[in-house]
Amino acid sequence: MAEPSTAAIYRRLVAAQVRSQASYRVSFALDLFSNVVFLGADLLTVLVVFHRVPVLAGFSLTDALLVFALSSLGFSLADLAVGNIDKMQRHVRTGLLDAVLIRPLGVLWQLLVLDVGVRRLGRVVSGVAVLVVAVRLAGVPATPANLLLLVLTPVAGAVFFSAFFVATATVAFWWVDSGELSAALTYGGRDFTSYPMTVYGGWFRHLLAFGLGFGFVAYYPALILLDRTDPLGSPAWLGWCSPVLAAVAAALAALVWRTGVRHYRSTGS
Amino acid sequence: MNVIEAHGLRKDFTVRVRKSLLRRERREVAAVDGVDLIVQRGELLGYLGPNGAGKSTTLKMLTGVLNPSGGAVSVCGLTPVPQRILLARRIGVVFGQRSQLWWDLPLRDSYELLRHIYRVPAAEHAVRLRRCRGLLELDPFLDTPVRQLSLGQRMRGELTAALLHGPEVLFLDEPTIGLDVVSKQAVRGFLAELGESGDTTIVLTTHDLADIERLCRRIVVIDHGRVVHDGGIDALHARYGSQRRVTVEFDAPPATLPALPGVYLAAATGPRLTFTLDGTASVGTLVSALSALGGLRDLSVTEPEIEEVIARLYRSEGRAPS
Repeated sequence: MAEPSTAAIYRRLVAAQVRSQASYRVSFALDLFSNVVFLGADLLTVLVVFHRVPVLAGFSLTDALLVFALSSLGFSLADLAVGNIDKMQRHVRTGLLDAVLIRPLGVLWQLLVLDVGVRRLGRVVSGVAVLVVAVRLAGVPATPANLLLLVLTPVAGAVFFSAFFVATATVAFWWVDSGELSAALTYGGRDFTSYPMTVYGGWFRHLLAFGLGFGFVAYYPALILLDRTDPLGSPAWLGWCSPVLAAVAAALAALVWRTGVRHYRSTGS
Repeated sequence: MNVIEAHGLRKDFTVRVRKSLLRRERREVAAVDGVDLIVQRGELLGYLGPNGAGKSTTLKMLTGVLNPSGGAVSVCGLTPVPQRILLARRIGVVFGQRSQLWWDLPLRDSYELLRHIYRVPAAEHAVRLRRCRGLLELDPFLDTPVRQLSLGQRMRGELTAALLHGPEVLFLDEPTIGLDVVSKQAVRGFLAELGESGDTTIVLTTHDLADIERLCRRIVVIDHGRVVHDGGIDALHARYGSQRRVTVEFDAPPATLPALPGVYLAAATGPRLTFTLDGTASVGTLVSALSALGGLRDLSVTEPEIEEVIARLYRSEGRAPS
């Protein structure tokens, strides 16, 4: 018999997780549904803001909607894939981490697939829908470059947010109440990226956009799609840099994660 | 061949002790403090000790979960932490407190998933599963979601899960904890048979003394992170003054009693006498000396309880600073 590939094993594990969660039918349906509602609520916030102020810091409602949609889809994808990593501390406490360490597979991947939040799929689906609508409303021309960017940006955004989730959750190895920090940074980052950056003031904008890299999740790519120059004066090619940034973020997160596991194995807590 | 080899194995933890509201003191605590352990293929080893003695920590170092702070360790010729994935394929682990099974799926599905995780050929897997199904009587609940299993059923399921990839060493952390009598016996019987076949080396920690008497020819006792005993049950009795009792009844109270080393008269009520014997004394010598007195009517020997021995062991070795 041929050796099954590692990817095939993980696919099976994800499928098992889907079956597990689907075994609680009502709860599963409610969760799927509530995640759609959550996205609706987020969307409503943007709409309300722009209803009061039709043009905000140089961006119209339709432009802002595109920024929101790109950020939201990237975030939902990350949330679907790795969102449950914020239960890291619980995994340490319940011994799931030990159970995972005695199996012949990578630790992080196992934790991710053993706990993948299938119920968050609803959010991804509605995120795609919102993006399609936003692209239409903003009148983004369907050039090959734009289409590429429309695929690349949410994926890079997802990798970027995932890296943030993992890196901040890893703090659980050192600091018990890391859940709060993790939530503040990731959800804070998402909220930052949901609006055109021009609405934020000086040092705060610089810190989040460049210091933490959140500017590349939605804002710069959106400028290219909208065919606009940055009111803040940055060059247009920045919009194509998000995959590079996502790769850097992923590498850093992997480093933090490895350090965390090494720490766990030397301290047992 | 040595399946497990540990020399001077140690594990230090840093604990923070709260002294006052703001002041905390860091202190190094040795959970495992220089353990030497050599286990040969096919041995069935009982690893004992009071709570907090370092049993689980040792097991975690042997299975590649925790990195030792010092000393050398090899399992199946591998160094556990750096070679974790290679080792994982060759050992089976049951942590009594932590399940390897998929909670919401039928037991059967967990086995299928484990087959893929461990990359076990389907035929081999089927043979092993069939054997476990028979010996552990899994069939009545093989299609039940794990969350609905009783603790005893689940533990039988866990044992099977740990064995389906044909491990060379099986580590069991408290495999009978919380089980009812029937399940305990099923688990013990299964382990005894597995141990007798000689292919699988078994290391188990337990608080259940019946487990030890039934299963373990060799016992390693640790306390405060150190090995305080390594040997058979008999050696344990001999060393920790476990006392056998000989009770005899004569027609009439004898006038004189034999004086033998290690034999003490514990009670005398008329013609009925009870002697206690420490590890050095022989029952045979005592009995022949007593029967030489004449008029011996009845005799019974009570073997010491392992429970008593272990309790004594924990007390005597326990709290004294070294």
